[in-house]
Amino acid sequence: MKIIVCVKQVPDAKDVRLDPKTNTLARDGVQSIMNPYDRHALEEAVRLKEKHGGMVTVVSMGPPQAEVMLREAVSCGADEVVLVSDRAFAGADTWATTYTLSMAIRKLDDFDLILCGKQAIDGDTAQVGPGLAERLQVPFVAYVRKIRECDGKAMQVERLMDDGYDLLEVPLPALFTVVKEINEPRIPSLKGKMKAKGIEITVFNASDIEADPEQLGLKGSPTQVVRVFSPELKGERAMLAGSADEQVAQLYEKLSPLL
Amino acid sequence: MLRIDKEACIGCGLCESTCTFGAIKVVEGLAVVGDSCTLCGSCVEVCEVGALSIEREEKATQGNLADWSGVWVYAECRHGRLAPVALELLGAGRKLAEKRGVALTAVLLGHQLAGLPAELIAHGADKVFVVDDPSLAAFTDDAYGNALSSLARQHKPEIILAGATAIGRSFIPRVATTLATGLTADCTDLGIREEDGALLQTRPAFGGNIMATIVCPHTRPQISTVRPLVMKPLPRDANRTGEIEQVTLAAALLAPRVKVLDSVVEDLDKVNLSEADIVVAGGRGLENEKGFAMIRELADLLGGAVAASRAAVDSGWIPYPHQVGQTGKTVAPKIYIACGISGAIQHLVGMQSADTIIAINRDPDAPIFNVATYGIVGDVFEVVPKLIAKFKARKNP
Repeated sequence: MKIIVCVKQVPDAKDVRLDPKTNTLARDGVQSIMNPYDRHALEEAVRLKEKHGGMVTVVSMGPPQAEVMLREAVSCGADEVVLVSDRAFAGADTWATTYTLSMAIRKLDDFDLILCGKQAIDGDTAQVGPGLAERLQVPFVAYVRKIRECDGKAMQVERLMDDGYDLLEVPLPALFTVVKEINEPRIPSLKGKMKAKGIEITVFNASDIEADPEQLGLKGSPTQVVRVFSPELKGERAMLAGSADEQVAQLYEKLSPLL
Repeated sequence: MLRIDKEACIGCGLCESTCTFGAIKVVEGLAVVGDSCTLCGSCVEVCEVGALSIEREEKATQGNLADWSGVWVYAECRHGRLAPVALELLGAGRKLAEKRGVALTAVLLGHQLAGLPAELIAHGADKVFVVDDPSLAAFTDDAYGNALSSLARQHKPEIILAGATAIGRSFIPRVATTLATGLTADCTDLGIREEDGALLQTRPAFGGNIMATIVCPHTRPQISTVRPLVMKPLPRDANRTGEIEQVTLAAALLAPRVKVLDSVVEDLDKVNLSEADIVVAGGRGLENEKGFAMIRELADLLGGAVAASRAAVDSGWIPYPHQVGQTGKTVAPKIYIACGISGAIQHLVGMQSADTIIAINRDPDAPIFNVATYGIVGDVFEVVPKLIAKFKARKNP
């Protein structure tokens, strides 16, 4: 089975907090990490390979620094890694991103399955997976929480919905985005780390993937960001004073009429 | 690309501290941009001396944009019921349509939909396109995507709104890709730009750490998915009139590659968190699973639902369906009681539109107090039991 996993390097937003005094973002020491949902996609790909045989190729579009993350992907079980990187890609929205990724994937061997995380934690759009499936003209399933069966030609998967789940049968090749419930990603093995050190990273630039420059980066993006600002918080910040008993009594007075 | 005016730059470092990607640094008194720049524009916004700018080569404009007119709402329906977000979008769409002086149309896809089109008109639609077909009984990306794309190609709306639900966020990107136009996910605010009538789409990014306003200037339709519970539905008006058009689409368009074998509704929670009037939430400060017993007791006493921060869910104290915040549910109850929740911005974006917010936390500097209507600095294990005692006494005087 040939599996492609798309991963993105993102700033680790988990510990970013508002500075209570200045109401600005405290961002000190924020590191770049592999998008957490993509980690689950990679793990699922490696598990499928271990069960059915085959090969896992990890593809990432991003700056040269993303190499660190790609080596980590190898230490977690990826067989080969491809970095799609060019200054011309900067400022791409999801439409230009899916174009770029689809052109890069066309340069690789045929695939049976593409796995992506359900969304990246920086943009939170969840649009690259479905957009990429459409570009590559393969069936798409979002929010896969379990792959039940796989006979090499089709898969049975559970798709997480707002009110429960759907059980679907999907012909291959296909593209899924996965949610965290699907698995528990492994920790890199020592052997994997050794392999990661020596792996050669394939780098594709805009001309390698034979991209139309009109479709790339900011220029190829139908959407434009016109303003970026900090969220406004409407709070009144009325702190109740006194002993615990007094505070609870005040709160009770305030709440009772609302109930 | 990002241009830095070396004459104007004073090396103050505001850009460096603002950049989420660490892409811009002050080196020897001047800002220098690196490869990880995504052209997001935050540094341009923050620069006080105007030394930064983004040079854009604009995308070519597709055809005549004026050919596209009207506001559409995708009226999501699952298991025969309209999703509440459909009515919220009609409320938001009504305002946009009036500003633009155009009609508001709802698109309803599914099977055995009797009664629903009239409901959409009562909530603000001027017109409803109905595609009622057995192959639309269960949601598939293929059939739903093809149906909406095909209708949009034929009737050319300028705006399409859909709920940022599991269904909307799954198939709308496919529609946008097919129509070769832009899509903005998970919007929390929509408006019309005065100069050119463009749709202003505002959404949180970086887990809610920043807000971005996005336009789609050169292609149509302008498509947004909109977060549920943010927009307000119009009051139901049974006297409103509108046109209902039944549409038949070619069978080939509605034949999905993916087969739905089963569609299971899981009763994840006795109380539906998104619809509860009162929500009692717990965070890291509860220290363990047992802390939530106390939260549950207070919630039961007030007839409310139990919620949690991501920290509590990640610690395994309470399952994911209870999570509120950027990666969980959005709630807008009358009363939200946050116990031992510090208030990371990712949590705040999921609950800050509650009418009254009560925060109980040991740390007087916790950001949760910035959104609190009433704040108590104290030990949750002391304060909450006292509050429970008060309300018990009220119930059984």
